[in-house]
Amino acid sequence: MTIDSMRDRPPEGGLVQLLTPEGERVEHPDYPLDLSAEDVRGLYRDLVLVRAIDREAVALTRQGELGLWASLLGQEAAQIGSGRALTAQDMVFPTYREHGVAYCRGVDPLKLLGMFRGVNHAGWDPAEHGFHLYTIVIGSQTLHAAGYAMGIQRDGLLGTPNAGAAIAYFGDGATSQGDVNEAFVFASVFNAPVVFFCQNNQWAISEPLERQSRIPLYRRAQGFGFPGVRVDGNDVFACLAVTRRALENARTGQGPTLVEAYTYRMGAHTTTDDPTRYRLRTDEEAWKLKDPIERVRAYLRRSGLADDAFLASVEAEGKDIAADLRTRCRALPDPRPEAIFENVYAAPHALMTEEQEAFAAYLASFEEEVA
Amino acid sequence: MTTLTLGRALNEGMRRAMEDDPKVLVMGEDVGRLGGVFRVTDGLQKDFGEERVIDTPLAESGIVGTAIGLALRGYRPVCEIQFDGFVFPAADQIITQLAKMHLRSLGAVKLPVVVRIPCGGGIGAVEHHSESPEAYFAHTAGLRVVACSNAADAYTMIRRAIASPDPVIFFEPKRRYWDKAEVSTDVALSDLPDLHAAQVVQPGDDVTVLAYGPSVKTCLEAAAAAAAEGRSLEVIDLRSLNPLDVDTVEASVARTGRCVVVHEAPVFAGFGAELAARITERCFYRLEAPVLRVGGFSTPYPPSRLEDHYLPDLDRVLDAVDRTFAW
Ligand SMILES: Cc1ncc(C[n+]2csc(CCOP(=O)(O)OP(=O)(O)O)c2C)c(N)n1
Ligand SMILES: [Mg+2]
Repeated sequence: MTIDSMRDRPPEGGLVQLLTPEGERVEHPDYPLDLSAEDVRGLYRDLVLVRAIDREAVALTRQGELGLWASLLGQEAAQIGSGRALTAQDMVFPTYREHGVAYCRGVDPLKLLGMFRGVNHAGWDPAEHGFHLYTIVIGSQTLHAAGYAMGIQRDGLLGTPNAGAAIAYFGDGATSQGDVNEAFVFASVFNAPVVFFCQNNQWAISEPLERQSRIPLYRRAQGFGFPGVRVDGNDVFACLAVTRRALENARTGQGPTLVEAYTYRMGAHTTTDDPTRYRLRTDEEAWKLKDPIERVRAYLRRSGLADDAFLASVEAEGKDIAADLRTRCRALPDPRPEAIFENVYAAPHALMTEEQEAFAAYLASFEEEVA
Repeated sequence: MTTLTLGRALNEGMRRAMEDDPKVLVMGEDVGRLGGVFRVTDGLQKDFGEERVIDTPLAESGIVGTAIGLALRGYRPVCEIQFDGFVFPAADQIITQLAKMHLRSLGAVKLPVVVRIPCGGGIGAVEHHSESPEAYFAHTAGLRVVACSNAADAYTMIRRAIASPDPVIFFEPKRRYWDKAEVSTDVALSDLPDLHAAQVVQPGDDVTVLAYGPSVKTCLEAAAAAAAEGRSLEVIDLRSLNPLDVDTVEASVARTGRCVVVHEAPVFAGFGAELAARITERCFYRLEAPVLRVGGFSTPYPPSRLEDHYLPDLDRVLDAVDRTFAW
């Protein structure tokens, strides 16, 4: 069997699903979920808006405004579902693709563009949003999440209303890294309040999941000594319910959970990638039928929770957010050259001062020539 | 002679090595089906099969660690690290294992492993994709460390590196991957130039400019600009950092009395420091000025909108040349 023909098989071992691709609400005994009409409309709006933001960022890259973009297309439900399960006390450790989670944490999308435009390496204060910096080095942040969770534990907050949990986001490819496996071990032996949220989008650039694992990823958890659960990553309800439960377990001292959100990277790995070199268009077509937004729209219509006017207003809002993002992105100033030397160290540092002064004198020498 | 890009020349060099020796393997992330993110291994899996061109799991320590095991079993793995900034998960295997096995086995174990690392900046990339980590490896005894600067050298050096009985850290200047040059591909291995010999790529009389990898082209451009102003720069492409061809360097500096070292890595504790010290030891009485170093600032590689300030360019090289004359 070729890799490509395996891609569309239903995942072995089943997965938690609360909303079918056709938009039908189904129950799962372990994951009851009560959502008001407003909740559902809110989730729908989130999904549409992050897709609009993402689409705009891709367009900005094509226009040369960004150097690169890692699109979340197809993974909106995994990110919004898990992101909306978080409380203010929780701390997120993201990769470079977690734009939807960032949105849930109130990070201005403009700030996400900074590193892709090349004006900074990450433009926000992690503490302000409970959202750590994007991590590009695959897997590193999972250890930070485990350590952060050990801190929460040592603060003695578990089981109290002030308890938070850490949640680490990472991909299917990342599960091969030593750091990720070490994070599993640390979290497990210390019973740390951390959720490992793996978005299995089936690809690590050109390498299919089969190159990282012979068993379903969620089953890895068992070997490390904590529960693993596979959720339909294109089902925002299921992602919400499963993550909520995992976070709650963590906050009440029941230790880590591995959540495998089974989804698909609908776009290229990044804007510089060309997926036609390694995967079939038919795969993408098959996954399109499981689109995370379409099914919520179908559910909204079917259940009468939203009318056309609401759907149209959300579309319009998406357009406005995108237009606003475009304008603000184009207006982003280039960083000042001196920024190279700033913040390298927390305390004054002689070599930084020396190099910065020499650099300033060097730049000034050109101005003299021109004058 | 054929005209090849630097990336293609590496590809042809690996292809030739694989044809000549069935034990040569290529391994790394996305090197097979995709042909590498820079397409340097393009077509190799198609022609040599999945057993010899291996798309590995996403784990750099795993790549180098298993390469060591394969080498113990008689293979000659050529590992690709996707970007400079991602070699660090493999640093443990490279530094504590790969570099030391020959010594620890009293010479019984040879590890002919090549670790290819695209390096350097100038491509407008995000963090960890523009670094120059050569000094860490040059500092590690037991590793041979080389850096190619042009297509012709890329072809010969990768073949030589694969044939080396010692591990080789092989730096490739990623922003020069698309630069073309004439390459002679019909040469027997034994007739290829020494992997570790420096080359005078631009003869001159007034000042010696030492460079390697991506900086060589910058220095050649600086030499052309300086020539227009009547100053004669001798540019040496070091090609190898460890071992270092000090004789070629000494012969030049002894003549010119002035030396400027250029690399993209931070100047502080960078490879230029080793060069400056060696030159001072060998040419002390013939130096007209201290050896000056031009390189990246002693800061992390900046966001891409600032990288032109960070990277040593023609002006920064010429500025250092001016300073060495004004001493
Ligand atoms: C340590 C390390 N090695 C290699 C890379 C290059 N790289 C960037 S993304 C990627 C694939 C990641 O796949 P996965 O973990 O599945 O996440 P996805 O991109 O699919 O979200 C690779 C190999 C990296 N960023 N870090
Ligand atoms: Mg993936």
